[in-house]
Amino acid sequence: MPPGAKVLTVKPNHPPGDLAIWIFILAELLVFAAFFAVYAFTRAHHVELFNTYQRTLDTNAAMINTLALITSSYFVMRAVAAIREDKARLCVRWTIAAILMGVLFIAIKSGEYAQHYASGVNLRTNTFYMFYLSLTFFHYMHVLMGMIILGAVAIKAGKGAYSADEYTGVETGASYWHMVDIVWLILFPLVYIMR
Amino acid sequence: MKYQSQAVAKPYFIAAIGLFIGQIVFGVILGLQYVVGDFLFPEIPFNVARMVHTNLLIVWLLFGFMGAAYYLVPEESETELHSPGLAILTFWIFLVAGALTVLGYLLVPYASLAEMTGNALLPTMGREFLEQPTITKLGIVVVALAFLFNIGMTILKGRKTVVSLVLLIGLVGLAVFFLFSFYNPDNLVKDKYYWWWVVHLWVEGVWELILGSILAFVLIKTTGVDREVIEKWLYVIIAMTLITGIIGTGHHYYWIGTPEYWQWWGSIFSAMEPIPFFMMTVFAFNMVNRRRRNHPNQAAVLWALGTAVMAFLGAGVWGFMHTLAPINYYTHGTQITAAHGHMAFYGAYVMIVITMISYAMPMLRGRNAANSGSSQVVEMWSFWLMTVSMVFITLFLTAAGVLQTYIQRYTDDPQPFMVVQEKIEIFYWMREVAGVVFLLGLILYAMSFFVGGAEPEEA
Repeated sequence: MPPGAKVLTVKPNHPPGDLAIWIFILAELLVFAAFFAVYAFTRAHHVELFNTYQRTLDTNAAMINTLALITSSYFVMRAVAAIREDKARLCVRWTIAAILMGVLFIAIKSGEYAQHYASGVNLRTNTFYMFYLSLTFFHYMHVLMGMIILGAVAIKAGKGAYSADEYTGVETGASYWHMVDIVWLILFPLVYIMR
Repeated sequence: MKYQSQAVAKPYFIAAIGLFIGQIVFGVILGLQYVVGDFLFPEIPFNVARMVHTNLLIVWLLFGFMGAAYYLVPEESETELHSPGLAILTFWIFLVAGALTVLGYLLVPYASLAEMTGNALLPTMGREFLEQPTITKLGIVVVALAFLFNIGMTILKGRKTVVSLVLLIGLVGLAVFFLFSFYNPDNLVKDKYYWWWVVHLWVEGVWELILGSILAFVLIKTTGVDREVIEKWLYVIIAMTLITGIIGTGHHYYWIGTPEYWQWWGSIFSAMEPIPFFMMTVFAFNMVNRRRRNHPNQAAVLWALGTAVMAFLGAGVWGFMHTLAPINYYTHGTQITAAHGHMAFYGAYVMIVITMISYAMPMLRGRNAANSGSSQVVEMWSFWLMTVSMVFITLFLTAAGVLQTYIQRYTDDPQPFMVVQEKIEIFYWMREVAGVVFLLGLILYAMSFFVGGAEPEEA
């Protein structure tokens, strides 16, 4: 080995994390895909209605939430990078930072729901709101689920369960969280922006 | 058998098989009544035969689940059952209550049964599958509570495994959702709405957890694959089951007067319900392929693999066939539903109970790990006879259903119900033949317990 060269510690690991979580992720993506497809199909039949009520949504709140999730994914990535260098404390901190971004997302989204509730909007108001509320709430539940998974990762990392040799659990949690993020990156333009 | 108290499972399994035979006898009577309308009339009218057929199914599956839990939980918890005496007591209460209920169905008119059992005090009777007199329902609750107490205490004092916890969640859910059978609102929409909380959330919700955990247990025992691997699969399967199955209830809310969004929710989520069943199939075959030993009880392994395949076909594929609202608009309540019901119940729940019986019974009867070769051969024959005839029952009913949907609802010139029933008679006859073969398979299954008892076990 030439002097100064670093030993490659990253193992070839495809897909990252546990195979079981990938089966789960694919199944989840399939549900979202079906939802998106049905949304697109229905919108094509009610373009006017969808365009009208899309304008009532709070794009600023959704934009902040988009940034929050992208940032959280960056934090999760840093957490994985930290554990690969055997820095468990750092891994815990980055994971907690990602969870806090999740908390921000939940807070803002809950605020939006509160406003809808106050103005009397519900699943029966019209087809657009039905889809908007269903899709975003289904995703909202996934953010909560992702936070629980990241919480479990943080607790285990704090107890020293992971190291540079064995960090499958961190990657497993990170993979799920990225899925939650990616789904939002489709959901946000689809439901809030595209006209 | 590692723990003495596992022996309480034995009477539960025997009762389950006995009632299973009763269920199929009534099934064959019922199948004939489809084509010979006055067969056994007025002694056993169609509606009574149907009620006995479906109620016996539920009762024997419950016996099977309880027996499975009494066998599985001590072994998983690595401790004796909390109270074997209580388990035997509740067995007799449940058996006597069940027998009296069925006798009530057969011997007195349903309305008189309602009167005799004081249904007016707390009316719960008269709804499909929940026909039991209110006092029987109360008995079921008492038995379920005693059972959960017994199982729960055993798990609490012993080792806690994923398998036993998932089983416990499933069993608690089973008891909790049954409570909705006591809610009987005047509003017909609400009535149906909550009726499905028992029916759907049982078979497409909590029962799947019971199925998953029993399957996982048998696979751990027969393949020797690491518990961690099997538990991981179990987690993923039950998570997907709950995500799709709970909101999937919506596929029953299309046309009962509930808000329109159920058509979307029901369609999307229930379209995904085959996923956990597909995972279960992949899981079962994967584990058997990775086996670390060849278990001498090959019949049990066959039943386990059969469960995974048939549950996917019956519950997954045949359910998907008519789950989307635009399709269900035409197929609702036709023979397609009956086709799905038959294969799903057989594939998912009948087969998992038999898997457990097949695995546990040799030990319960004092053998080391498995029945003799000749007994297993008979059992495997019964597996194929029952499974293949169930495939044919399903195919014939599907053909009947497609034809029925078309002639009765889809053409420009729709025909009345009874006219259509005559046109699809040929399929009912073929179904009846397949049903008789199923009964023969079941008799063969019962006989397998009495074959080759003196022969030694294979290594």
